[in-house]
Amino acid sequence: MMTESGSSPMVELRNVTKSFGNVRALQGVSVRIVSGEVHCLLGDNGAGKSTLIKVLSGVHPPDNGDILIDGSPVRFGSPRDALHAGIATAYQDLAMIPLMSVSRNFFLGAEPVKGWGPFRRFDVTTADEVTRVELNRMGIAIRDTSQPVGTLSGGERQSVAIARAVYFGARVLILDEPTAALGVKEAGVVLRYIARAREQGLGVIFITHNAHHAWAIGDVFTVLSRGRSLGTFRKEETTREAIISMMAGGAALEELEHELGQHAPPHTRD
Amino acid sequence: MTASQIDIEQRDVEPDDRLQQTHVVRRLLLRPEVGAIIGAAALWVYFAIVAGDTGFLSMRGTASYLEVSAHLGILAVAVSLLMIGGEFDLSIGSMIGAAGMIIAILSVEHELNMWVSMLAALLVAMLVGAINGVIVRWSGLPSFIITLATLFIIRGLTIALTRIETGRTQLGGLDDAAGYDLAKQVFDSNIDLFGAAFPISIAWWFGLTALATWVLLRTPFGNWIFGAGGNEQAARNVGVPVNRVKILLFVCTAVAAWLVAVIQVTATTGADVLRGTQQEFFAIIAVVIGGTLLTGGYGSAIGAAIGALIFGMVRQGIVYAGVDADWFQVFLGVMVLIAVLINRYVRQRAMGAR
Repeated sequence: MMTESGSSPMVELRNVTKSFGNVRALQGVSVRIVSGEVHCLLGDNGAGKSTLIKVLSGVHPPDNGDILIDGSPVRFGSPRDALHAGIATAYQDLAMIPLMSVSRNFFLGAEPVKGWGPFRRFDVTTADEVTRVELNRMGIAIRDTSQPVGTLSGGERQSVAIARAVYFGARVLILDEPTAALGVKEAGVVLRYIARAREQGLGVIFITHNAHHAWAIGDVFTVLSRGRSLGTFRKEETTREAIISMMAGGAALEELEHELGQHAPPHTRD
Repeated sequence: MTASQIDIEQRDVEPDDRLQQTHVVRRLLLRPEVGAIIGAAALWVYFAIVAGDTGFLSMRGTASYLEVSAHLGILAVAVSLLMIGGEFDLSIGSMIGAAGMIIAILSVEHELNMWVSMLAALLVAMLVGAINGVIVRWSGLPSFIITLATLFIIRGLTIALTRIETGRTQLGGLDDAAGYDLAKQVFDSNIDLFGAAFPISIAWWFGLTALATWVLLRTPFGNWIFGAGGNEQAARNVGVPVNRVKILLFVCTAVAAWLVAVIQVTATTGADVLRGTQQEFFAIIAVVIGGTLLTGGYGSAIGAAIGALIFGMVRQGIVYAGVDADWFQVFLGVMVLIAVLINRYVRQRAMGAR
């Protein structure tokens, strides 16, 4: 590992609490995101993963607790604020416009321009070139950046979103289940791009239901359950089995396995 | 680590091989206006065969269908930008009638300089466009419904107010107004080419098409139009001012309606409260024939201009062919049907099977 567990975090959540009505979505959760580390956020549905990333990406302000950027507390009024602080969120489907070309998507909202006055125009050549170079740097081979994003596979789309975030100065990348809808091969591609982002010194928050994906790429694992943190574990301090067990709710799964095993007809078991 | 590197290198080669085969065809098919260009060429050949000896091929025939196309094309080009931006504007037909009547009332009844009344009508048009846009964005309701409402409100107001003001529904004699001669030069002169007089409205149509295409493909604002129409939420997430873009596009369609009104009142030296009736639908038809998606996010201004060209060729072509003009609407409807079916097929092929 390039970074020590003790190196100072780029982004930190301290004792963050968030309630919606009388539902306590987060209860005193703390997370530290360090440069060059993939931090996996694990937990069942309703564990608070989505709320946590929405607090981090500026969608919801926390009720209590602090968000710290490079050690100093900040307050995000909107997703734009988080983006300016270098926290980019790549949503799987919301980030791309299928009928627009790859390079037009890449630069949407931040188009490079050339010329001046009434002749100020969208520098299409630069946009195409930068997009191609940046995607190649991430290991994505797209020769024709004018093809619509809709012609890309799910994994490629996700990867373009990651490359875009990196290019526009993201230091922390939040990936909300980027591999969820993907096949085995495709998921492998995305995991590789996550590794590239880590090599470039980004802090990555990776949310997934898939323990194999988490174990393959993660450096640090935080397990959430019913709005509380069950703890943060470094990869060298834990095992794949322990992570799988915690993700699935541990004891609950064993019980379920036992129950199913008992009731299954013997001739279908092998 | 080495294993994954080899893996990546292999991936570098593989998708490119597949790209090479479909690249050119796909790229061509992806242009929204391809279907319309082929359709326009086919229609021209058809009318050249059935009506070539009765004047369709003559320069005068060409000028006549280009003029019809120009009046619709000016509207259609603006509407194409709005529809790519994901919205409709049904109120432009009434806006033509309203703008024409404002000019006529101010310059005929109140004897104002025609350029002053044109400016007044322009301001009203921009205001109407802005109101359409603001109501649509503020309410979150479909623009189809909001502008259907303003379609009737504007038409009704034009008829009612004109009758209160003048006791009539038509006004003539605009050629006596101050400033008319210059207006006639700018909006209704003819350019002699190849022995025929081509109305200057054709130049306005070509110029606006070029301008809209440039905005769409070569400015950040054009990229925002595609983004706002393609996926509003995603566009907003990356900082596109979606509301501003869309309201501005509503202003553009209203201004296009104003320009058509100016051209018409200058040419006919008068106004009629019913001018522009149904033009909103013809404009949408031209835009759709031109390959723009009804759902937004995809299309072209050139396509809309070609859609208008098709409209003009059919409208004048069936006259030259000696067919009863009653059949025009049947032709038009059938063409819309063919166009949307072809567009759907082309888009599906272009987007691949995924």
